[in-house]
Amino acid sequence: MTTGADAGRLPAAYLSTGSSSFTDFVGAHSPHLLPSRRALPVGSTMEAPHGTTIVTVTYDGGVVMAGDRRATMGNLIANRDMEKVFAGDEYSAVGIAGTAGIAIELVKLFQVELEHYEKIEGTLLSLEGKANRLASMIRANLGMAMQGLAVVPLFAGYDLDKRTGRIFSYDVTGGCYEEHDHHSVGSGSLFARGAMKKLWRPGLSADGAVSVAVEALYDAADDDSATGGPDVGRRIWPTVAVVGDQGVVFRSDDELRTTVEAVIAARQGNPGGAR
Amino acid sequence: MSSMPFYVSPEQLMKDRADYARKGIARGRSVVVLGYDKGIAFVAENPSRALHKVSEIYDRIAFAAVGKYNEFENLRVAGVRYADLRGYSYDRTDVTARGLANAYAQTLGTVFTQESKPYEVEIVVAEVGSTADEDQIYRLTYDGSVADERGFVAMGGAAEPIETGLKERWEPGLSLADALRLAVELLAKDPAKDAGKEGGAPTRTLGAGQLEVAVLDRERPRRTFRRIGGGLLDALLSTEDPTHDAPAEDDRTPGRHDTLTGESPRDESTNPQTQRPTE
Repeated sequence: MTTGADAGRLPAAYLSTGSSSFTDFVGAHSPHLLPSRRALPVGSTMEAPHGTTIVTVTYDGGVVMAGDRRATMGNLIANRDMEKVFAGDEYSAVGIAGTAGIAIELVKLFQVELEHYEKIEGTLLSLEGKANRLASMIRANLGMAMQGLAVVPLFAGYDLDKRTGRIFSYDVTGGCYEEHDHHSVGSGSLFARGAMKKLWRPGLSADGAVSVAVEALYDAADDDSATGGPDVGRRIWPTVAVVGDQGVVFRSDDELRTTVEAVIAARQGNPGGAR
Repeated sequence: MSSMPFYVSPEQLMKDRADYARKGIARGRSVVVLGYDKGIAFVAENPSRALHKVSEIYDRIAFAAVGKYNEFENLRVAGVRYADLRGYSYDRTDVTARGLANAYAQTLGTVFTQESKPYEVEIVVAEVGSTADEDQIYRLTYDGSVADERGFVAMGGAAEPIETGLKERWEPGLSLADALRLAVELLAKDPAKDAGKEGGAPTRTLGAGQLEVAVLDRERPRRTFRRIGGGLLDALLSTEDPTHDAPAEDDRTPGRHDTLTGESPRDESTNPQTQRPTE
């Protein structure tokens, strides 16, 4: 801490002009608060809770993002009711797979980043602008990713100019790729992708897209031990966000129970599910 | 240049600086901040749609300023950075107007005494509480003095007559429409023409186009700051229109929802932090 007459004064970084990025400001002023700026011992790897499967499905007028609720650590279930799909801002959702602790911190930073820009500039970032900001955060995390603490998000939002839902996927190096129709990340993504390929069709309604997402997560949980299926006994349903021109709306537990129960009922004696 | 060639007494130096700052502030148009039954309203005479005198700092905190635009804009950005950093490293509920007002006071005080020119600004930091008693309004002047105001504040060139008017006519529990009409009526009195006269009629009419109006609405979840414009502002300012409050829902049009215009409200609003639709 500085002492003297102006000790309580806002530091120069606060009053400097220029950047409207919160991440840049934190990086310049108190870098220790950034999730990616931690020094790790070289050459070591560690085990930390991992989040698993996220799916996104576009529909006519928006995009649905859903995630299972399980976090695993090795062969153990670290958490069974974790939320992995978050609203980035009013018109975007971000889902996370990978090291849960860092991913959640990253999402928190991303949410502040978007709101900070909005307050300082007085306008919303474009959807691609948001996707690129997320890419730069993942890029900054590369050092940690190389030591086993990787974060791979999936980003989906409603494009206010094009009036459609769009999906962006990432790799650990921060590469950002636009995906079409549907996409999935995480350990169960192979199975979820297969399911979505068969179930998705153009012109889906929002409810239709929610069913496709829940089916895909069910298939992922069926074959991937790290993905949690719907837990009827504990009433744990997947997290489902619908992003359309009305903004991000999370489906309530009651709505999800109906959808999930329909999926489970349809699979009685028919384990392959809808086709 | 090594040192000052003449001796100037500290008193004289401070007085000169204060006069300088006061003159700069007095040139600008005024801003009124006043409580109403459901929150805190901000009314500024400001024909610009882009260069704001009133802005959002955080969920329940707003900022209003008069004086030199570049200087208070600098302070506004610093306030947003302060609040966002604090909320990010602690929790959203740990960001308070009192903390921000202290940081501003220290900054303005240091600039006033140590830099070659004081800031020619006067600012208000207001935080809406869960009841009117918990509302906080801090007024900060160019030299770093802070005052904790109850109910209302007026700043700028015509601050004194407006403040007198508010003292006589403001009361707790005014509706938004009444509060806005009172503020606009007082802002419209031209101090130059009105000097000496008591209770003189408004010498100008301030229309919606010359006003910047915003509220901190205590009943909203999370971000409580909304600008008020379009048809809604006209309706609130008109004595014939029965509208007396801002709608609880944002506009339906997709896009940024910082302004309420009263046209086609949406059914649902979401809250990125709690992750659930508001019930």
